[in-house]
Amino acid sequence: MKRTSRETDDSTRKIGRRALFLGAIQLGFAGVLAMRMRSMQIDQADQFRMLAEENRINMRLLPPARGLIFDRDGVPIAVNDQNYRIVIVREDAGEVEAVLARLQTLIPLSDEDIQRTLRETERRSSFVPVTVADRLTWEDLARVAVNAPALPGIRPEVGLSRNYPLEDDFAHIVGYVGPVSDYDLSKLNDPDPLLQIPKFQIGKSGVEAKMEHVLRGRAGNTQIEVNALGRVMRELARTEGTAGRNLQLTVNAGLQNYVQARLAGESGAAVVTDVETGDLLAIASVPSFDPNKFVRGISSADYSLLTGNPYRPLANKSVQGVYPPGSTFKMITALAALEAGVIAPEDTVYCPGYSVAGGRRFHCWKRGGHGHMTLNDGLVQSCDVYYYDIAQRTGIEKITAMARKLGLGSAFDIPMSAVNEGLTPTKEWKSTQRGRDWTIGDTLNSSIGQGFVLASPLQLSVMLARIASGNAISPRLVRSVDGIEEPLRSDGPLDINPAYLRAVRKAMYGVSNTQRGTGYGSRVIDDTMLLAGKSGTSQVRNITAAERARGVTRNEDLPWERRDHALFVAFAPYEKPRYSVAVVVEHGGGGSAVCAPIARDILLYAMTGGLPPLEAYPSSQRDRIAEEQRNLPLRNHPATATASSRA
Amino acid sequence: MTYLENKVKFVPTGFRKLLFLNWPLILLLSAIASIGFLMLYSVAGGSFTPWVDPQAKRFVIGMILMLVIAMVPIWFWRNMAGLAYGASLALLVGVELFGTVGMGAQRWIDLGFMRLQPSELTKITLVMALAAYYDWLDIHKTSRLIWVLIPVVLILMPVALVLKQPDLGTAILMLAGGGFIMFLAGVHWLYFAVVIGLGGGLVAAVLNSRGTDWQLIKDYQFRRIDTFLDPASDPLGAGYHITQSKIALGSGGITGRGFMQGTQSRLNFLPEKHTDFIFTTLAEEFGFIGAASLLALYVLVLVFCITSAINNKDRFGALLTLGIGGTFFLFFAVNMSMVMGLAPVVGVPLPLVSYGGSAMLVLLVAFGLVQSAHVHKPR
Repeated sequence: MKRTSRETDDSTRKIGRRALFLGAIQLGFAGVLAMRMRSMQIDQADQFRMLAEENRINMRLLPPARGLIFDRDGVPIAVNDQNYRIVIVREDAGEVEAVLARLQTLIPLSDEDIQRTLRETERRSSFVPVTVADRLTWEDLARVAVNAPALPGIRPEVGLSRNYPLEDDFAHIVGYVGPVSDYDLSKLNDPDPLLQIPKFQIGKSGVEAKMEHVLRGRAGNTQIEVNALGRVMRELARTEGTAGRNLQLTVNAGLQNYVQARLAGESGAAVVTDVETGDLLAIASVPSFDPNKFVRGISSADYSLLTGNPYRPLANKSVQGVYPPGSTFKMITALAALEAGVIAPEDTVYCPGYSVAGGRRFHCWKRGGHGHMTLNDGLVQSCDVYYYDIAQRTGIEKITAMARKLGLGSAFDIPMSAVNEGLTPTKEWKSTQRGRDWTIGDTLNSSIGQGFVLASPLQLSVMLARIASGNAISPRLVRSVDGIEEPLRSDGPLDINPAYLRAVRKAMYGVSNTQRGTGYGSRVIDDTMLLAGKSGTSQVRNITAAERARGVTRNEDLPWERRDHALFVAFAPYEKPRYSVAVVVEHGGGGSAVCAPIARDILLYAMTGGLPPLEAYPSSQRDRIAEEQRNLPLRNHPATATASSRA
Repeated sequence: MTYLENKVKFVPTGFRKLLFLNWPLILLLSAIASIGFLMLYSVAGGSFTPWVDPQAKRFVIGMILMLVIAMVPIWFWRNMAGLAYGASLALLVGVELFGTVGMGAQRWIDLGFMRLQPSELTKITLVMALAAYYDWLDIHKTSRLIWVLIPVVLILMPVALVLKQPDLGTAILMLAGGGFIMFLAGVHWLYFAVVIGLGGGLVAAVLNSRGTDWQLIKDYQFRRIDTFLDPASDPLGAGYHITQSKIALGSGGITGRGFMQGTQSRLNFLPEKHTDFIFTTLAEEFGFIGAASLLALYVLVLVFCITSAINNKDRFGALLTLGIGGTFFLFFAVNMSMVMGLAPVVGVPLPLVSYGGSAMLVLLVAFGLVQSAHVHKPR
C-alpha cells in the first residue's frame, strides 16, 4: 500500500475537484430551499396567515334571549328563568366517581344521572364540561358552591330557560317551546344559524310557534381562540345578539284564569271578545295541561296520561274544536231572512210542532207546537218551525252568506295553532265534497245550526261581537310588539240593516230576561249589566229506535260521549254592548241549563273586573252562587271575594 | 503508516492542539444548538423543561466528547474504522433481535444515562469505514467493478437492517451519504449514471404498476405518495402534518410573529413540534429572516467542512470530513424539504436543533472526527 507523493497529490486534486462539484450541487439545493422559503414566507405569506387564523379562531353563536310574553295588563305569561345547572370537567375532577358520590350527598341525584354523567365524561375530551344536574334550585346551587373545595371539577352554571308562570291557563294560547328537531329543520326551511345549535329552543305550538320570527331575536357571536384539540384558550371578540321582541297579548290573565276555573271539570271552551275592538280577552279550553312539562321534556307516563284522557287536554277546543252551533245559529237565519225581505220582524209563522218539507216531517223541539210566532217569540222560545219556514223562503245560499258575513267559516288571522275554519255549507260544497245534491232537508237542518254547519267557540264569540256592535270587527290576539301597538282590524259597519240587528238583539235580550226565555234562569238583575244571549244544544247523534225501545228517551241516560253538546252565546251589557262570550261544553246536555250560568258568570267577571258581585244575581240564587265562588279553583283566590272586586 | 510518509513539516502536540482546532466550526455548531435551545424553550411554552434542560446537558457532554475525539490523532480513528463499523452493525442486529420498540419504529439500546439508537451511530461509522476503505485502496483500482461492489455491500448491509426497522429516513441518509463518499473517492461517474438511471426507472415502474396485477407496493404506500403530492386532499388525515406545517411556515412572513407568538405551535396545530417539525416553529416565530439565517449557518458548516477537506492532503481525513459534511447536509436538506412540502414525511431531525439525544451526540462525535482530521492534517 505504498503511495507515492505524486499519487497523493493526484488523489488530493481529484477529491478537491469532486468535492467542489458536490459542494456546488449542495449549495444549489440550499438555494432551492431558500427560494422555497421566500415563496412561502414572502409571496404567499398573506394566504398562509389567513389559514392560520382560520385554524385558531372559532366562531361560536350566542343565543339571544327569547322575547317575553305578557297579558294585556303586563302580567308575565312566558318568561326566561335563570336555570341553574351543575357541570363537571373531568380533567379538573380527577376522580370523577368519587366527586359525584360526594355531590350526591348534597343535591338530589339519581344513580341513573351518575351513570349517564360517567359515560359522557368518558366519551368526551377531558376538558369538555358535562352537565350533571339541570334545573336546580338556588338552595341546591348554594349548597354546592359552599362545598366547592371538596368538589374539584364541579362548576355551577347559569343559563336561560323558558318558564310559564301561569301554567295551565295559557297552554293552548301561548303553547310552549322545545328543542329544535330534525323534523322542524326539514319543515322550516329557515337558514338561521341558531337552529344549528344543539337543543336550541324554538316555539312548538301556539303563539310561541306562530310568532317565532318575532320572539327569537338574532344571534350574536363570539370569536374564540381554540387549540388543535378544540380547547378554548381565550375570547378574542364578541358581538352581542339582539334579544327577541316582547309580545303583549290582548288576553286578560285574570279573566282567563277565571274562565278556566269556571269551566273546570268539564270538557269545553269559552271565548270572550271585546265587541268594540275585537280584542280576545279570554280563550279558554279545558282541561288544559302544564306547558312547563313540555319545555323540560315530558315523561312518557305524563304524556300518555294526557293523550289517554277522553276530555282531550291537548286539543285547543276554543279555536280547533268545531261544533254544530245548534240554536245559536238562529240569529243568522233570522238576519238572512230579514235582509232577504222574505219576512218582517212582526210577521208571524204558525208552529204546529212540526214542519213538512220534501215529504218528511221535521219536528220542533216542542212536540205540542208553539202556535203563532213572531221573530221575537221565535228566538226567545227557540221555536224550530219558525226557522224551518223562513229558511225555506230565504234559501241556503243567503243563509250561508250571512253566516260568513258574521265570521263563520273564517280562520281569522290569529297566531294560534290549528285554527279551524269550521264549515259553512253551500249547494256546491255538498255536490263536490259529498257527491250528492243539496236537499230541502239540508236547508232546514242548517237553519237551526244542525247538519253540516260547524263553528268554533271563537267564531261564535266573534259572531256575537259583530251582532252586538254592528261592526265587522276581526279578532286580535297580539296587542303590541315591543310596545308598538298592533292595528285594530275592522271592516267598518256591517252591511246589515241596523234595525234588523236591533230586533235580533232585542230578541236575545228576551231570551235572557223574559219568563219564557231559555236563558231566564241565568239572568242578571243589575240593570247596568243586563245580558242578551242565546242557548244552543247540538246533537251528537240521534237517539236510535232501539235505544228508545230500551227506554232511553233522555239525553242524560246516554253514555257521556254520545250526549249533546251544550252551547250558550251572550253579550253584555245589553244597552251598550261591551263583551261577547261563547261557551261550549262538550256532551254537556242542554245549553240553557249548563252553559248559560257559565256565560253569565264570565260576562259579570269581565264587566266588574273581579269575582261577580252577588247582588247581580237573582236573590234566590245568591247562596248557591256564593258557595260556588268559594269553591272555584282560582289561581289567587281573593279572601274577601265580592267586597274587593267592585272597582 | 502512510501518515508518516507524508511530508510532515509540523504536527501540533499536547494542548497546543487546541489552537489548531477549527474554531469557526465550533462557533457555528454552538450558534445552531443555541437556536435549538431557544426554539425548544418556545415550544415548551416558555419553559426550560421538559426539553431545553436535557438537550443543553447533552450538548455540553457532546462538546466535551468532540474535543476529546479531536485531540486523538486521526490515524487512530482510521485504524478504528473497521472495528467501529463492525460493532455498529452488530448493534443493529442486536436491536433487531432484542431491542425495544418505541415510537413505532425507532429501536434503541438503553445505556442507562441515555438511549442509544444504533442506526444514528451507523451513519458515522459507515462514513468512517468507507473513508478508510478508499484510503487503503489503490487509487487505480477505484473504478474497477469488484472494488466498487465491496463498498456497495458495506453500504447496503446497514441500509437493509435499518429499512427493516423500518426507518426510511435513516436508510436514505446512509444510502446518499455512502454514495457521496464513493463519488468523492473517484469512482467513475458512469456507475452513478447507471444507478440513477435504474433508480429512476424503478420509481417509474412502481408508479405505473398501480392498480395492475403486478403492483409493486402496497395500496397504503401509494396513498402516502398521494398525500405527499397533494396534502390538501386529506387535510385531517395523513396530510394534516404537512398542511399544518406549511401553514405555520408561510404565516411567519418576513419577520415572523415574534418569539413565543406563533399560534400554530402554541395551539398545538403542529405535530412533533419539538422534534422533526421544529423548523416550522422557527419559521413561524422568526419568519423568513430567522429561517434563512439558520439555513445560512448550516451552509457555512458545510463550507467549512469542504474547505478543511480540500486543504487536507490526508486522503482518509479529507474523505471523512466531506462524508460527515455531506451527511450533515442531508440531515438539514431532507428535514427542511420535508417541512416545506418538497419531500415526503420521513423521520429525519433537524441537526443540532431537534430534540433528541442520539442524533445530537452522534453529530458532535462526528464533528470531533472532523476536528481531529483538521488538527492532525499534514502541514
